[in-house]
Formats: sequence, structure tokens, C-alpha cells
Amino acid sequence: MSETDPVAAFRVEAGEVLEQVEQGLLDLGHRLDDHDLIDAVFRGLHTLKGSGAMFGFDALASFTHHCETAFDRVRKNLTPATPQLIAVILSAQDHMRALIDGDGTERKAEGDAILAKLQAALDGAPAPTPAPAPAEQGWRLSLRLPPEAMQNGINPLTLLDELRTLGDCRVVARTEQVPLLGDLVPTHCMIGWDVELRGAVAKADIEDVFIFVMDDMDLQIEQIGPALCDDARNAAAAPAPFASPSPSASPSATTPASLPAPIDDSRPANAQEPAAAPNGRGAPKTGESVRVPAERLDLLMDRVGELVIVQSRLSQLAHSSAADVALHSISEEIERLASELRDTVMVLRMVPVATLFGRFRRLVHDIARDTGKTIELSTDGETTEVDKTVIERLADPLIHLIRNACDHGVEHPEQRLAAGKPVAGHVRLSARQEGGEVVITIRDDGHGIDRDRVRAKAESHGLIQPAQVVSDQELLQMIFHPGFSTAPQITSLSGRGVGMDVVKRTIESLRGTIDVESVLGQGSTVSLRIPLTLAIIDGLLIRVGDGRYVIPLGVVEECIELSLEEDLRSRGRSFITLRDRLVPFVRLREMFVTGTKPSVHQKIVIIATGTERVGLVVDQIIGSHQTVIKPMSPVHCNVPTFAGATILGDGGVALILDVVQLVALGQHQEERLRAVA
Amino acid sequence: MTASILIVDDSNSVRMAIRMALTGAGYAVTEAADGAQGLSKANGSRFDMIITDLNMPNMDGLSMIRALRKNPAQCGTPILFLTTESEDAMKQQAKAAGATGWLVKPFVPEQLTKVVRKVLGR
Repeated sequence: MSETDPVAAFRVEAGEVLEQVEQGLLDLGHRLDDHDLIDAVFRGLHTLKGSGAMFGFDALASFTHHCETAFDRVRKNLTPATPQLIAVILSAQDHMRALIDGDGTERKAEGDAILAKLQAALDGAPAPTPAPAPAEQGWRLSLRLPPEAMQNGINPLTLLDELRTLGDCRVVARTEQVPLLGDLVPTHCMIGWDVELRGAVAKADIEDVFIFVMDDMDLQIEQIGPALCDDARNAAAAPAPFASPSPSASPSATTPASLPAPIDDSRPANAQEPAAAPNGRGAPKTGESVRVPAERLDLLMDRVGELVIVQSRLSQLAHSSAADVALHSISEEIERLASELRDTVMVLRMVPVATLFGRFRRLVHDIARDTGKTIELSTDGETTEVDKTVIERLADPLIHLIRNACDHGVEHPEQRLAAGKPVAGHVRLSARQEGGEVVITIRDDGHGIDRDRVRAKAESHGLIQPAQVVSDQELLQMIFHPGFSTAPQITSLSGRGVGMDVVKRTIESLRGTIDVESVLGQGSTVSLRIPLTLAIIDGLLIRVGDGRYVIPLGVVEECIELSLEEDLRSRGRSFITLRDRLVPFVRLREMFVTGTKPSVHQKIVIIATGTERVGLVVDQIIGSHQTVIKPMSPVHCNVPTFAGATILGDGGVALILDVVQLVALGQHQEERLRAVA
Repeated sequence: MTASILIVDDSNSVRMAIRMALTGAGYAVTEAADGAQGLSKANGSRFDMIITDLNMPNMDGLSMIRALRKNPAQCGTPILFLTTESEDAMKQQAKAAGATGWLVKPFVPEQLTKVVRKVLGR
């Protein structure tokens, strides 16, 4: 008996498992309701079945399968453990030992006799079917062709296609053995496949597919039984080596595309390591989920933030000591890992907006009831995912906006009929992701925003001068002004003029923007654009005087040079002409009162929110920077120009500019100029 | 496109049987009477598959398979060989030489077309 003979090793191991099962059964005889013992026995049977099939003990596997099925009923409290049942399983035990130690004869008659007794012991329980095929739901295949197979005319795709003709297949490629490009032999097949084949297929038919390569390839075929679904979950907790022909989550639970590939890397590449083989063959974690308190995720995010900071210090160090190539490569590696980790953690915090949208159905229903309107709410894009904290803070603004749409937007049925619209008003709530932002739109088919009324109201509030020219967008944005409501009557729901400004403020605090479009008589659309996450942003690091600042990269439109002539020419009016448009700019040096000598080549960073653009004059553009946003201290958090702070690679601090404020400042400047002119 | 198949066998009747079965299934068939002829025809034009007997005069099937696999142009061309149930050692040798699969004689046309379709995937 050689050390490397997997079959011999299996015999030894199976003998041990049988002994444990036997002990368990005997103990169980004294304590019939001890669930730990029942579980232990079940696991033992399960292991035997799985590894038996793996090493060609098919008779053992199928016999054990029936015992396991029977015992599973006990485990699930469907059948009580009776002394009679235990006695039968003990005798089954002996039969299994004979099958393991035997010469390969199936001893079918003996086995069937025991199974019949087992059925009797189960007393009315559905009979385990003696023929293995109908009970099975499918097969799990793990295959790897010999490297030269393709040279010899075997087309792996043809083989997989042939498998597909047998039944539903889920094929996952295992690429861990694909070498680096330099070592890659293009004619060698280095990819393995895991195939889950569903359907009542005979094992021989599967083997037939591989008939020409059977001798040289790695092919493992395991049964997937319907009764095993629950057991796979137990496998994770099983202390004993556990060979589980595990099923995957039901295909309807998630679409395959969104699943991580169930690749089991711990699976040994060949059967030469029998001792290790049963380990790590647990159920794939497909579809499993773990509930974690949100604080832990926040903590994790914090740590990742710190890591990103330390990483940027490391990369700064690596760049300064250019001589050390090794440090450089490590630094790059860590940079890659840190950014991947950052992305991974961010995804952890993502929750679908469906959790948010769900609440609004009730809201719309209630409003419709209270106002006597007929309103339908439809939603789409519920699977769009947003950072958890963002979701929480979005709830209130969205409630306001939906209320507005229902209350101000959608007309009463008689008005709608008069306008030739369907009686039922429609409010559509949709979410979608666009780059690093999520866009949520609330669209109603009501009467839209009356610009004349907005204008009149704005003038009466002194927000705009009579006859002052304002763009349509600017006019519509007036509705977000504090104390602004065009609803002639104040209802219990809306019209008090509080709400829209709160909405705007909340969205801006999320670093988002809000846009309104409206066609009179046809309805309005409010679009919220919100960054996916709040904790880390990509920023543009700039220098002004001695200080360094970060501008969120998402709003940066372009960087141009402020030539000396232009600088002098523009002095006092602070406008530049950019592609035939006047763009106001703000001299950050003056704003921050730096008192240092200006750089010879000052730059203008053009930032934009919505349609508004403003230039920021800076001394130097340092580069892009992964910015971990740290809140300002309570003392400073009311300084409007800054949205937060971050720690730089060298340990220094940079303040993060509040873009919205700066744009407002630019606009203010523009207005002042217009007033002067 | 019609798949083209080269049959290499010294027995005219076997070639005919195979030709009939394959043309009937929609494949284009070319014949060669021995290994040497088969080799020159195979290297002369492109075939989607080669079916060969092993025992032939003038270069046997094994030598032809080896020679074919030495030619990079024949890398990946499926090669089926004809064998009998008793020739297990021969089967191993042919596989080692680079053959793709085999067909056990005697066979009925359905078996042949099934194997061809299996290996070609069409």
C-alpha cells in the first residue's frame, strides 16, 4: 500500500469515519434526542457518501446515500430516532465496512435487504428509491484536460457543448493554472472547468462525453442530491473533514452574472493528496450572506481610509528615493491593493435603493387618499446601489419631493380630464448609476411649474429684480429658495415653503446636485445626482500660497494656464473668455489671503456644477489624490468654503474645497459685475 | 461551411462505407489509400478531420499520425483512428502519437457520424 495511493488513503479514512459513526450511533442508543450526536452521525454518513463517490466506490456511495437520506429525516425531526432505526443503521454500518474493504463486488442483495429494513424502521416514511438515478437532481463535474489535448484535436468547447445537450449546465472556468504570458504555450489547454449539470442524467452518459480523453484528464463527477441543500450549510460548521457534493443556491435567487464565480481554490489540483482532499471541499459560498452591524462596516471603512493615507505616504517615499526599485514596486503593489480594498469595502456598504423606494408606495397611497386624487407610483432601477449613509440621508428629501409631485404636481381628476389627460396621475421614481454618481429622478405628469408665478413670487421676495434676465434653469432653481412656495393654498402636506430648501441643502451636503425640468401642462422632473459614497473621493490636489487644498475631481472640468497678460488684463473684473463664454473666476490667493509671492505660472481650474462654471486661480496643480474625507472639527465646521479636510501622504493636512459654495461665490461675483455694468 | 474529411485506409470497401456514411451526413470526403498518400494529401490541403486505419502498407497509421503532428499546420486537427476491441495497446500508442479519438471496428454508419459530429462539434 503506497502512501500516494488515494484509494488506500480513502479506505483508511473511511474506516475512521465509520468508527466515529458507530460510536455516535451507540451513544445515541442511550440518548435518543441528543442533537449533537445526530448531527455527528449524519456528517459521518455524508462524508462517506461524498468521498466514496469520488474514489470510485459507487456502490458504497449509493448505499450510504439512502442511509443518509433516512438519517436526515431524523436530523430534521421528521422521524424520531428509535432503537429500531439505530439498530438498522448499525447493521448498515457493517455493510458499508464490507463495501469499503471489499473487492468491488456490489453485494446488492445484502444492501437492498438492509435498505428494506431501514424503510420499515422509518415507518411510513417515503421509501428511499433503490435505483440511484431518479433520486438525483444532477451532477457536479470538475474537469481538466491534459495540456496537449487541444493539439491532438480535442476542442474543449465542443465537449462543453456536448455536456449542454445532456441537461442544463452552469459552467465556470478555473483559470488558476493559466501561467503568465511569458510561460504560456498557446496550444496548451490550461483552463479547467467546474460544471453543474442539472437533470436526470446517467453517469455513463457524462463519461461518454469524455470518452477520448478519459484516461488522461482529471475528471471528478459527483452527484448533487435534492436532500442535500440544507446540509451544505452545515458543512461550513462541521468540525470533521467534510466531503460535500454541494448544491448551489437556487438559480432564481440571483442572476449568475451578479454572482462571484464559485471557484473553490482550496480544491486540490489532483487526487495525489488524499488527506487534504476532503478538506476545503465545502459548499461554495454562493448566495450566502452574513449580517454585519453597520458600525463594523464604518469601522472598516475608517481603517481603509487610514490605509489609503499611509499608502500615499509610502508612495511618496518610494518616489522620493527613486534609487530603490524594490521599494517602488512594493509601493505600487500596495497602492493597487489599497485601491482594490477601498472599492471592495465600498461595495460592502452599498444597499439597493429598493429599501428606500419601498416606503414611498404607502406615502403616495396616503396622499392620494387625503387629496382625493388618483395617483399611481411606478419605480424602476430599484437594484441601483448606493452607500448606506447616503440612502439614509436621501429618505427625507425624497419624501418631500414625492409629496410635492403628488400634491402640487398631479392635478385633481376633474382638472386632468379637462386637460385631456388620463384620470390617474402618474409619478415615476427611477434610479440609475452614472459613473461615480447615482441619479434619482422623480417625474410627474401633472401641470408642471408655472414660470410666471415663480417669477412673480421671486420678484415679490426680492430675489430677482423686475425685468432682470435670468435663465430658465436659474428661475426654476428659485423654488429651492427658503420660504418659497407657489402653492396658493397651504395644505397639510406641502405649500409651507419649507421643504424644498431643506431638500436642496441635504442634497448639497451629500455633495450632490439637484436639477428641475418642467413643461407647463405636462409635468415636472426633478433629478438628484448624488455621489455613490461619502467617505473617499478622488480629488485634485492644488497649492495656493503655502497651503494645499483638494478639489473633488468629479467637478473639475479642465485646467488651463492663466497667462501673465491675461492675469493683468483681467485684474479687477475676474473673468476669462473660455470658448466664447465668459467664465467668472475666483482668486483663491486673495480669498485665503496668502500673503506669499504668486507663482509665475498660475493655473485656473475650471469647475462646474450643473450648467454653472467657475474658475479657481491656484498657484500650482499638484495632481490627483485619493482623498479620505475627514470631517472638520466642531469649531471649524461652519466655515462655508470647506467641506472637510484630509491628511496627505507627507502627514500634512489639506482642506477640501466646498464646490457648491465656490460656484455660488462665482455667480455672486458675476451678478455684481452685471449690476455694475 | 461543409466540413471536409480525409479518409486513409487501404481497404477500398471500408473507404467506401465511410464515404457513403459521411457524404450522406453532409460532409465532404477525400480518400487516400495508405499512410504516405494520406500524409501528402493532408499536408497538401486543409482538412477539418482525418480518419485513418492503423494497419496499412506504405507507412502505417501510427507513423502517419506522428508525422502529421510534427507539422505545426496540423496542430489541433482532429484525427480519429479505426481499431478493434482487442487492440488496446495499439490504442494507447495511437493516442500517444497524437490521435484525438478512435472508432471501434466493426461500426455502423450511425456510430461513425455520431463520433465525427462529437469531435467536430457540427
